[in-house]
Parts: sequence; structure tokens; C-alpha cells
Amino acid sequence: MPGNIWVLAEHWRGKISEITFEALALGRDVADQLGSKVEAVLLGHGAKDLASELGAAARVISADHPALAEVVPEVYAEALAQLARRERPAVVLTPLSNVTLGVGTLLAAKLGASAINFCKDVRVVDGKIEAHAVLYGGKIETKVAAATELVVLGIMPGARLPDAGRSAEPPAVVDEATVDLPAAPPIRFKEFIEPEAGEVDVTQQDVLVAVGRGIGSQDNIALAEELAEALGGVVCGSRPVIDQGWMSLSRQVGKSGASVKPRLYIAAGISGAPEHVEGIRGATTIVAVNTDPQAPIFAVAHYGIVGDAQDVLPALTEAVRSRRGKAA
Amino acid sequence: MPDPVAQTYFGVPGLLLIWLAAAGAFLLFGLRVWRYVDVLRRARPEPRWDRPGKRLGLVFAQVLGQKRLFGEPLIGAAHFVIFWSFLCYAATFGWNLVRGLFPVLPIPYADEVGWVRLLLQVFAVTGLAALAVSAARRYLFPPPRLEQSRDAGLILVLITLVLGTSLAGTLTDSPPVYAALWWAHMLTVLGFTAYLPYSKHLHLLASPLGVFTASLRGDGLPPPSEGAARREEFTWRQLFNGLACAECGRCDRACPGVASGAALSPKMLMHHLKEAVRGGGGPILGDRVKPAEVWGCTTCFSCMDRCPVFNEHVPVLIEMRRKLVTAGEVEPRLQEAMTRLTRYGNSFGSSPRARPKWTQELAFKIKDARKEAVDYLWITGDYAAFDPRVTPVTRGFSKLLNQAGVDFGILYEAEQNSGNDIRRTGEEGLFEVLRDKNVAAIGKAGHKRLVTTDPHAYHALKNEYQWTNGNGRVEHYTEVLDELIGSGKLPVLHKREMRVTYHDPCYLGRYNGIYDAPRRVLRALGASLVEMPRNRDRSYCCGAGGGRIWMEDSAEIKERPAENRVREAATLAGVTTLVVSCPKDLVMFQDALKTTGLEGKLEVKDIAQLVEQATG
Amino acid sequence: MNLLVLLKMVPDVVEELDIASGGAGLDMDVARMALSESDDHALEQALLLKERMGGTVAVLAVDAAEVDDALFTALAKGADRALKVDAGGVSQAGTRALADLLARVIADGHNLLPVDLILTGTQAIDDLDGLVAPLVAHQLGLPYLGIVTEVTPEPAGKVASVVKEYSGGVRGRFEVDLPAVLGIQSAERPPRYVPVAKVRAAMKTQRIETVEAPTLADGGMALAEVKSMSKPEEAGRAEMIEGTPESASARLCGILADRGLV
Repeated sequence: MPGNIWVLAEHWRGKISEITFEALALGRDVADQLGSKVEAVLLGHGAKDLASELGAAARVISADHPALAEVVPEVYAEALAQLARRERPAVVLTPLSNVTLGVGTLLAAKLGASAINFCKDVRVVDGKIEAHAVLYGGKIETKVAAATELVVLGIMPGARLPDAGRSAEPPAVVDEATVDLPAAPPIRFKEFIEPEAGEVDVTQQDVLVAVGRGIGSQDNIALAEELAEALGGVVCGSRPVIDQGWMSLSRQVGKSGASVKPRLYIAAGISGAPEHVEGIRGATTIVAVNTDPQAPIFAVAHYGIVGDAQDVLPALTEAVRSRRGKAA
Repeated sequence: MPDPVAQTYFGVPGLLLIWLAAAGAFLLFGLRVWRYVDVLRRARPEPRWDRPGKRLGLVFAQVLGQKRLFGEPLIGAAHFVIFWSFLCYAATFGWNLVRGLFPVLPIPYADEVGWVRLLLQVFAVTGLAALAVSAARRYLFPPPRLEQSRDAGLILVLITLVLGTSLAGTLTDSPPVYAALWWAHMLTVLGFTAYLPYSKHLHLLASPLGVFTASLRGDGLPPPSEGAARREEFTWRQLFNGLACAECGRCDRACPGVASGAALSPKMLMHHLKEAVRGGGGPILGDRVKPAEVWGCTTCFSCMDRCPVFNEHVPVLIEMRRKLVTAGEVEPRLQEAMTRLTRYGNSFGSSPRARPKWTQELAFKIKDARKEAVDYLWITGDYAAFDPRVTPVTRGFSKLLNQAGVDFGILYEAEQNSGNDIRRTGEEGLFEVLRDKNVAAIGKAGHKRLVTTDPHAYHALKNEYQWTNGNGRVEHYTEVLDELIGSGKLPVLHKREMRVTYHDPCYLGRYNGIYDAPRRVLRALGASLVEMPRNRDRSYCCGAGGGRIWMEDSAEIKERPAENRVREAATLAGVTTLVVSCPKDLVMFQDALKTTGLEGKLEVKDIAQLVEQATG
Repeated sequence: MNLLVLLKMVPDVVEELDIASGGAGLDMDVARMALSESDDHALEQALLLKERMGGTVAVLAVDAAEVDDALFTALAKGADRALKVDAGGVSQAGTRALADLLARVIADGHNLLPVDLILTGTQAIDDLDGLVAPLVAHQLGLPYLGIVTEVTPEPAGKVASVVKEYSGGVRGRFEVDLPAVLGIQSAERPPRYVPVAKVRAAMKTQRIETVEAPTLADGGMALAEVKSMSKPEEAGRAEMIEGTPESASARLCGILADRGLV
């Protein structure tokens, strides 16, 4: 009887993360292929109620402990390791997100198990796990086999659609487990630091005009602002633009920034690095403008124009304005 | 007339008075000048005594002939007169002083000799007229950036007094009046002498020395160093700039940084050097000169080209840039360019393997000079190879060479950025790495002549590189086009009557004196060339040089240099084409057309594109 | 403070990456190596801490192509020691093996201990089978936190206040007992520039200490096996709109209007 597929149910600030649902959907697919079940592991402190959202899993293993209040990788990995030694799953799926980065690696080290990161998909070939991972910022795809009985897989955002991992029903089984964790851990969470308030909330916008390095200079951001205004949206930026100080942190879109779900996202001068693309998967229509026809952004965009943002943005603003002028 | 020195005034013998006055004046003068000399002595050495014949020639033409001053004709003429008056008066003053101090000498006073007296009168009258013109210019219609100081006004007054007292003295018959005027004259000059080292008028003495020790290389580069911030880290010649500066403002009037509203002012730079030599205070870079000023220079060379006392603004800025680079205080975009150049040999951050990609669309294969010898080794430069706005022009030129049957090749991936601009940002070590790699590649490629697209690369290869194979001939592609058209290898089939204007690139024109080849090409094509007001050596920089193309525009910029230049081109009646011969000019002016809204009125074309149209 | 920075060379993605003939790895003949970007930030953070609090910065890397350049650059920037582990082809054997090796070298001494902080990049683009920071922490029995953007040790040097990034611009502050291993996402200042002349001077006047690789108990067995590598197919590409900026914009505007977005 092959072991079960475990999904570390990541939650943060009282909500189950989207990537958890994606991992559950993936886990269920793998479990089906392997002929076993997908189970969610919910670690936390005072977060038991979240188990009801994890109905896509056949079973939820819930462990509550004060040391699990905020994710400290070593503590989470230790709790998972204890549970895994008891239950012997075949695969543990851990999200590759800022919240739980490192947990998977530590878990694998503790258990002497294989670890495979950057997984976009997981297949079962000849009864064995084959992970499909991306390396080098998405430039190379690789198929990797585990060399141990238990394998810990780090799952990239976007491996599945989150809705495929959501369920209207609560999980059939919820078991509470106990874990033995140190009382005085060497890493202690103190507080959250919120970004400057009073600014725009990009996650609530319907239309976003995003700029990246390719915009050239801080002055040119005005071109994006004009287009945003014409379209009834706001500007945002990829990490390099924020790091340069051209835009405030609250406007950063991507892995460490916001995940946005606009109806229209125009990416100007953005190459399409995975860290940024992660933040725009929820956009309905993505338009990309870049001078490099090979830019990875064109693989995720719906429409693309090869050109200089400095030329295209004003032209597009003009076109939008005259169309709006006609309509008005 | 009775000897004024032989008389007694309020009980004091005139001889004693003149001795006291002279001793006092010269002592004050000497002490102060010695202070300056001491500062210069402690500065870094910089030998400027080679080729004395050439240097003397420069002094003749520029000091005695006042050549550069005539760049601004009215004040040039006036200053010429004042200068020669001064020479005459200095000579006669010396004569009179010697005679006055040593009455025992059996010589007359200068104005007692008939022809000398006439000379003095002529120079006094013309000198006073020239002073009037100068004063009118200074106070009624001053050119911009002319330093208006009390010092300047005082000097005009003093010279007027000197000339006036002398002239009046030659016209009076009354001995007491003559004596009074004589003393007034002598004491004014002696007072002026004592005041001189505290005044910008020190340039009287400093500037001839400055001209003699001028840079004969004309490349704006300081000698090898780790950079300079404190006074003693500069060379004596760099500090000397401050002493020779007459605060005329020609450098500021020429500077594209000043015109665009940037923090840089070449004149203020000289002023800071002067203040630093005069005494004390902290480091020049940091306390007096801010990094924003240092980075604002495009190294266009207009300032140094116009300066009548041959001051050297650009090397001082590069010394300070070296200091900032050594300290790692480099703005992010420039840092990125440096990192890319170090790692990939180009400023675009592209793989070196991507350099020859521009050739892929060609119907023929360009020879690989690394593998087979060629006549012309063609160095394209970064922008011509990597920037999609420029690569069509690069392909066009290669088609022209092909059409003309020229045996040419490129270095493919082995070519590196020439390093000219990164050298000007103060990253000397990176320049050396790039240069050494290029020299190694060129050295292995059999060739007869070297041709470059980019004037910056042209300048570096011609003047700052050395390799032993080939015959050392470096040409700019406009020179090659000129020769090919002139020799009939590239016949002009369709002469188009178009009215064009031509922009002289800084590194082709001012730095290397190539003005005519491109103009011959345009004439051969049938174009009628309408010169912009600022043409040839007065050409106005596009703003890309000195590494500025890799830097952010500062917030204070009112109008970018390229915008200013395209507006100038747009004023020419009937001209719709601005012709360039530098890849950076092409992209800078194309951008400027957009930001000034002149896109429909004017277009920018590379000269090779015009040749292609006319010969294809 | 004694600071140790772990550096790793990764394939330079500016270059075209080609697959080796076996189909299970990169063609390393054409691939160039570059310092992992967040390792550069880790070095910068270490140098900043040294400037603020005094102490020494040692830099440790496993031998790989172009690693000397990275180590001499670190010395030129202000690091006090640079060590290189000569370990044959271990650098190709994956992050797990590399981290084990580094941990062993640190534990073996070479005057690297006692250490207050071990800094390295939070993640590298080739970290297929694990991350360096938590693996080294695990081997050395030290606390670990990743995605760090600020480090402020207390003057006494026993505890540090550490900030890590979450998402949406939110960050979190933690208290970390020292010594610890931190995975740096970005330094408090962008990595400094060091002129080429200084690096060349470092190459002449300073040396990189070479350390023999200790033999690993399990022979550096790779726990994950790469079966194949390939370049991604261009699945699901955008509909490209051709033409001048003006004409393309007009067409795009029409398309967006049809979708009710304009």
C-alpha cells in the first residue's frame, strides 16, 4: 500500500494561502496516480478552525502548539518530521513561498529524504515519483526522480488552479496530533511590519499599468501614469523599480509584493521573471510591452507588443483617449 | 620736468617714499605669491616642459596674439588692445621704477623719450577706449555667466587710473601736476601689484605660464592616479587652473551641463580650485565641489576648447570621479554599466555571443577577422551592434562596403567596448581591461586599416591604444565613405536635392578635428548643407558622452542637451533632416524629437543611410 | 563580530543555456558562472555589519569556474579572509552535497569558528535539492531564518533583531539567538561597487586560502537524480500585435474595447 501524499497547509494571518489549495489539487492528482490518498497537515496555534477549508484532502492532521503560532522553519520542520516518522507518507508537498521557505529543506534533512524544489508538476512513472521542476529562473525544465522512499517536494505557485483544490465540504476526517517542541526556541517572532498606509491598494484595482526596468528612468513612469489614468487604473511596479526607489513598496507586485487580480494588467518593460509573474497569475487579461521578443513575459501574456515602452505607452494612451472621446 | 623722486613731500624725501612703496608692494606681492607657489610645490607633480618649441609657439599665438579671445569678437578686440597697452605700460613702469629707485642712473624716465611718449599716449587712448567698451559690456549688456564681482569692477577702475594718470601726465605742463600724476601713477601700479595676487587679475602672470604648460595632447585626461579629493592630491597644473582663471565665463557659456540646468559649472570648478589654493578649508571634493557637479560633465570639451587661458576643466573632474569610483560611490545605473562592461564587455548586459547578431539579417557573410586577414578591420562599438535603433544603420554600412568591393571583417564576439567612455567616468582599471582585450584581439587579426562607427571608439583606438600590427591607421566610417565616393568605388546614382543639417560629434570634431569628410560626402550626394549656428568646433553636445548615457538625468534639468540641439536644427528654414555620424547621437536625437514634440517636423538620419539611398 | 559568508557560483542566465549531450545536465563548456545574486547581497550585509560593529568577515566557497573572481572581489570589497574548498566536482553534485561540504569545513575549524553570524543568499536559481542556509544550519545545529532583509545585532552580540519579507509588502521582525545562519534576500543597501583596479590589486596582494575537502561519510550521494533537462517549449504564447507603436496601440485598443476593458 503506497504511502499518502501530504500537503503542508500553509496559512498566514488567519487565512489559508492560495498556494495551499493549488498544492492540494496537485496532491490529489498524485495520490490518484499512486493509488493512495492526499492528506493535509495543519500546524499552528489557535488555527484549528481553518481545517474546515481543507475538504479537498481526505484527512487533515492538525497539530496545535504555541511554538507553531508563526512559522519558524526549524520548528515547523520538527513538527512535520515527528508526524512523518509516525505516519510514513510517501510524498510531502511544501509550498515555496515566503511564509514557509526552508521548511521543506529542513524536513528532508531531518528525515534523510530526497528534496526537490521548483516543482511545477508531479507525475508517477513506473510507480515512482517524477517531479517536473524549473531551474535557472525558468529557463530550463527538468524531470527529477527521488532516490529515497520519502520525498519532499517544494511546489511553485501556479502548479494547479487554486479552485481545483477548494471544496465546499469540510474534510471527512480531522485528527488532532501532538508534537513535542522546545519551550524556548532560539528564534522568536516579534511583530509584523506593515507597508506605508494611505497609498493605493493595488490588490483592489481593476486596471493596473505595471512598469519594470525597461521603463528606463523614473521620469518615464509618468507615461505609465497617463495610461493608467486614461484607463481608470493605477501604476504598480516590479521589484527592481521599487528597489531603485522609483515607486513605493506598497506598489510592488510579485513574490514579496502583492498578488493582484485586475481585469487588465499592462506590463511595460517587465521581463517576466518568475518572482513577478507569481503576483499576476490572477489577472484576467495581460498585455506585455517589451523590446525583447524573447522576454519570458510574452509566455504568460495574452497580448504582446515588441517595442519600447516609451513609444508604446504614449501611443496607447492616445488611442485610449480618442476612443473614450468618441464614446463620450 | 623736475624729477618727482628728487622732491620732498611733507618732509619725506621722494626717494624714500618710492623705496618704501616699492618694497612694501613687492613684499606683499612676493609673500602672497610664495604662498601659492608653496601650495603648488606640495601638490602632485605633472611635467609639462616637453616640446618647448611647440609650447613657445602656443604662447606667441595665444598670449601675444590673443587668438582664442577673438572667439567672442568684440571683447576679443578690446582685450587685445588692453593687453598690448598693458605690455607697453608694464615695460615703461619697470623702466620708470628702476629710474625712480636709482636716480643715480644716467637714464631718462620713459615718457621723456619722444617716441616712447607717443607710444604711451597711443596705448593710453586706445586702452581707455577699449576699457570703455569692456565696462559697457560688463555693466550694460553682459553675456551670461560673466562673473560680476567687485574685484572685476575694481580692476577696471585701476587700469583706467593707470592709463589716465599716464596720459594726463604727458599732457600737462605744470610740474606740481606732473609730479602728482607721476606719484598717482606709480602708487596705483604698486598698489595694483600688491593687490594682484588677491585678484582674478593674477591671470596676468599665471596665464602665460598656463598657456606654456598647456596640455598638448588635448584629450582631457589626467595623469595616472587613484583620484583626488583633497588639495594635495591634485597635480600642480590642476590647482594652477584656479590661479589662471580670469572668470570670463566662456566655459560656462559653452557647457551643455550649464545650459540644461545641471549642477555642473566649469567656471565654479575653477573658482573652487582658486579658493582652495588661496587657503585652507577641507577637501575640494566634498566640501566645495559636490558629486552631482562631478558627474554632470559629458566631456564634450567645449570648455577647454574655448578657454583663453587654456585651463583644463575636464581632467579635474575626472580626477574627482576616480576618487568617487575608488570609494564605490557610484550611482546604481552607472554601477550597473560598469558591472556589465566588466563581465560581458558591453554596456547592454548582453552575452558577448550576441554581439554579432546584427549580421544575421544580411544576405552575405561578413568575414571573421579572427580567422582570416582583411583589409579593413571594422570595430562597430556597442550601440551600433546592440541597440535595435542603430543596427539597421550598421547593416546599411556593411552593405555599402560590400557593394564597393571593400575587403572587410569584424571581430565578432571578441570585440569589447572600446572603454573610452568608462575611462572618462574614472574607472581606469576597467578601461585597461577592455583595452587590453581589444588590443589582443586586434593584434591577432591581420588587417591594413581600422575603421570604426562610433567616434568614441575612434578616439580611443586612435589616441589611447597601441598595437603593433596593421599600419596604425584608424579611420572613422565617414572618412571611408568619403574615400569610396571620391574614388568612384561607390558611385552616386541618385542625387537627391535635400536640405539637411549636420551635427558634428564631439569626439570626431573637437577631439579629433574631422569636420570636412562628412561634409564632402553630403555634397557628393547632392544635398545642400545648411549649417546650424553652432557647427564644427562649436557643435553642441548631445549629452551622451562621459558616461552620462549611463546615468540618470538629475531632477533639476530644464532641457536636455539633445532637446536643445534638435530645437536648434528645427530653426533652420526648409531643413527636415538632421544628419548624424555617431550611433549615440542617433538614439539621443531620436529620443529628443519625441520629448520635444518635433517628430513630424524633423527626422534624424545617419549619414550612411543617406549614402545608401543615393548609391543603391 | 565574526561573520562568515557562504558564496555559490551559479550558471549565468544572461548567456544561452545549452543542454549537455547526455541530456541530463547543462553544457558546462559554454555556460558561464556568476555569483548567485542573493549571495552578493549576503556579502554586502556582512560588510555593512562589519562597518557598523567592527569584526571580521570571512568568505567561503566551493571551487567552481570563475569562483576566484568572486572571492577576490569580496576581498577587494573589504572581506578579511577568503577560503576555497577544493572538492573536485562536488559543485556539480547539487546543493545538498555542497551544503554538507561547507558545514563540514566550518565544523573542522580553519579558524572559522567561533562565528556570530553565517550569512548566505536565501535561495539560488539552481537550488534543486535544497537550500544552503537551512542545510548548513541543520548540520551545525544553529538557528536559521530566510528571506531576511535587515539584521541588527545587539551590542552584546548574543541576540539579533532580524526582519524577513512576507508578501504584499508586509515584513516580520524576529529575535534570533546568535550564532545563527541567515538566508539574505536583499541587503540593507544595494551591493557596493568595487573598481576593477582594486580587484586586480587584491589579486596581486592577497591570497585565497585553499582547503582540502573532507571526505563525506555518505560519499556525497545525490539524493535526487536528474533524469532529463530540456528547454521549455513556447506553450501558450501571447498573441503578438505587429506594427508601429501607433498602429499596434490602435489595434490593441480595439481588442481591449471589444473585451469591455476600455
